[in-house]
Amino acid sequence: MAEVTLNNICKSFGSQVALADVSMTVPDGSFVVLLGPTGAGKTTTLRLVSGLDKPDSGTILIDGVDAVAQSPAQRNVAMVFQQYSLYPHLSVRENLAFPLKSPILRTSAEEIVRKVGEVAETLQISHKLDNKATELSGGEMQRVSIGRALVRNPRIYLMDEPLSSLDAKLRSDLRIELKRIQASLGATILYVTHDQIEAMTMATQVGVLDHGKLVQFGTPREIYEDPVSIYAASRLGSPKINILPADFFPGAPGGAVSIGLRPEHIRLGEGQEVQTVRVEHLGDQTRLHLKINDLNLITLTESHTQIQPGERLKIAPQFPLYFGSNGERIKS
Amino acid sequence: MSGYSVTEPSKRQKWIAGLLVITYALVTLMPLLWVIATGFKSPEDSIAYPPKVVFQPSLEGYVNLFTTQTRITPDMEATLTPPKTWYEQIVRDKGMVIAGASRYGQRFLNSVIIGFGSTFFSVFLGTLAAYAFSRFKVPIKDDLLFFILSTRMMPPVAVAIPIFLMYRQLGLSDTHLGMILLYTAVNLSLSVWLLKGFIDEIPLEYEEAALIDGYTRFQAFYKVVLPQAATGIASTAIFCLIFAWNEYAFAVLLTSGTAQTAPPFIPTIIGVGGQDWPAVAAGATIFLLPVMIFTIMLRKHLLRGITFGAVRK
Ligand SMILES: Nc1ncnc2c1ncn2[C@@H]1O[C@H](COP(=O)(O)OP(=O)(O)O)[C@@H](O)[C@H]1O
Ligand SMILES: [Mg+2]
Repeated sequence: MAEVTLNNICKSFGSQVALADVSMTVPDGSFVVLLGPTGAGKTTTLRLVSGLDKPDSGTILIDGVDAVAQSPAQRNVAMVFQQYSLYPHLSVRENLAFPLKSPILRTSAEEIVRKVGEVAETLQISHKLDNKATELSGGEMQRVSIGRALVRNPRIYLMDEPLSSLDAKLRSDLRIELKRIQASLGATILYVTHDQIEAMTMATQVGVLDHGKLVQFGTPREIYEDPVSIYAASRLGSPKINILPADFFPGAPGGAVSIGLRPEHIRLGEGQEVQTVRVEHLGDQTRLHLKINDLNLITLTESHTQIQPGERLKIAPQFPLYFGSNGERIKS
Repeated sequence: MSGYSVTEPSKRQKWIAGLLVITYALVTLMPLLWVIATGFKSPEDSIAYPPKVVFQPSLEGYVNLFTTQTRITPDMEATLTPPKTWYEQIVRDKGMVIAGASRYGQRFLNSVIIGFGSTFFSVFLGTLAAYAFSRFKVPIKDDLLFFILSTRMMPPVAVAIPIFLMYRQLGLSDTHLGMILLYTAVNLSLSVWLLKGFIDEIPLEYEEAALIDGYTRFQAFYKVVLPQAATGIASTAIFCLIFAWNEYAFAVLLTSGTAQTAPPFIPTIIGVGGQDWPAVAAGATIFLLPVMIFTIMLRKHLLRGITFGAVRK
């Protein structure tokens, strides 16, 4: 396992800037999650670390050694592709064995059988081992694609939205499994996702990408509680952070244009009057959809609440976050 | 399979379609059937008018094709032993004896060497070139591709004289190597273009996955691209073989002995007292077999579309 450092990485495709001056360190044994909407540059970052693409400028160090001139094989990285990329002419078993048979690994036959069996077990695809790669559902393909990385013991695992096509049960199983693998092997993982639960539960660090810029890098807790901008604050948390005009509640610092208020940071009982629009009982908690003038906000309350739609409530902020005109954080 | 299906044709439609296909096949296969039938006729039947549809089958044509024969002279008759084999018998019945093997076997072998040899090189070089054109930034790529194709735009006769003179100078006339080189050169344009089309269709992701999995670029090409290009390689090979196998004009011009292929040889088969049509037809029938066998062998590759579905679109 290894530490990966990106220094001032820039990458453009024609006039389209994919990454602009990105610097970050993926520490040895860490689980770094990249967050950002489609087109933010997440896949590009993984491809640069893997060696499939070369940066226009900047350096990539793997364990302190400049890797930019190295081939993907020399870098010894494993990657789970967003689009699976299973070898269509091979069976599931052969797909999983393919990296083990490579000239850099040359694994013995018994070892291949053992590892493939083990990984297939973990990913719950043992019964499909003799299928052609093309005879699988999307979720099964995705698991084989993860398996093709997990059979190896590379310096870093790169995973591009690896759980996106799985159903909720499998997804939560594999979240735990990946976390277990990372912890027990001390593996270094650079992981891309849209899913904030994956980010919150697995990440040791989160990198927030916005149009090719790395706007914040820190622990999930830091980004959740201390975001640098509305954009970063919106990446984590479900339901999403409420954004209100700064004058909605008294006490905003100078220069603040909006207030960010996480759903659990709204206190009921006193303050601004709002109307309840919808009440969603989720079992363990209840979501209240509130409205005032044209503003909509969401808050949480206990599961057995008696609040009815149409009821008028009073709310007050509990740890408000203030943001300026560009969406940047203003600390009071 | 219900009667209401939009895509499933009705029984009646199937019958009509079947009839049309059979009629079409019969019309196009008529000359072929004619040649095959003629090969099994006696010389008299082969030129009978009106043509005989029902006839006494005979292997005389095939025996004539593979042997040279001489007429039995009175002084030979004393030393003649009775015929030992069925083909000696056929020849003896005409008042002849077998003098030796004909040159057909050797010409046929030439066709095999030159046809398959040039097909191998066309496909081998074509695959490498097509891969490079498909995947790499080649300077003036479009011009090069056009130039490669343009070699097909003129009629071969246009270059016949220069090639004839050049081959005489280089000592390539009437050699296997010369003919393999020539057919490879002619077929390369076709194979590069066809194969580039097939390789373009194979998503880049598979090679990238192989690079990540620890393989070199060439290993990725060999282990991942080639198997998926099998369909394209098989059909390209068939096209190249058919061209090289049937080529007549250059074969007439450049070969006469050692390296002569079957097409210029077959029409020169002369029997006693006129063209020996059954022998010519037998020669043509046997000549058809290799291409047919080759095509049937590769058929399963032609019908297989294996690249669907393992990459998320
Ligand atoms: N091969 C490419 N050619 C052209 N543009 C590309 C290519 N790859 C990525 N881009 C562009 O770079 C930007 C970042 O893309 P990507 O890294 O794939 O984003 P993400 O994975 O976060 O959705 C996008 O605007 C995308 O259009
Ligand atoms: Mg992506």
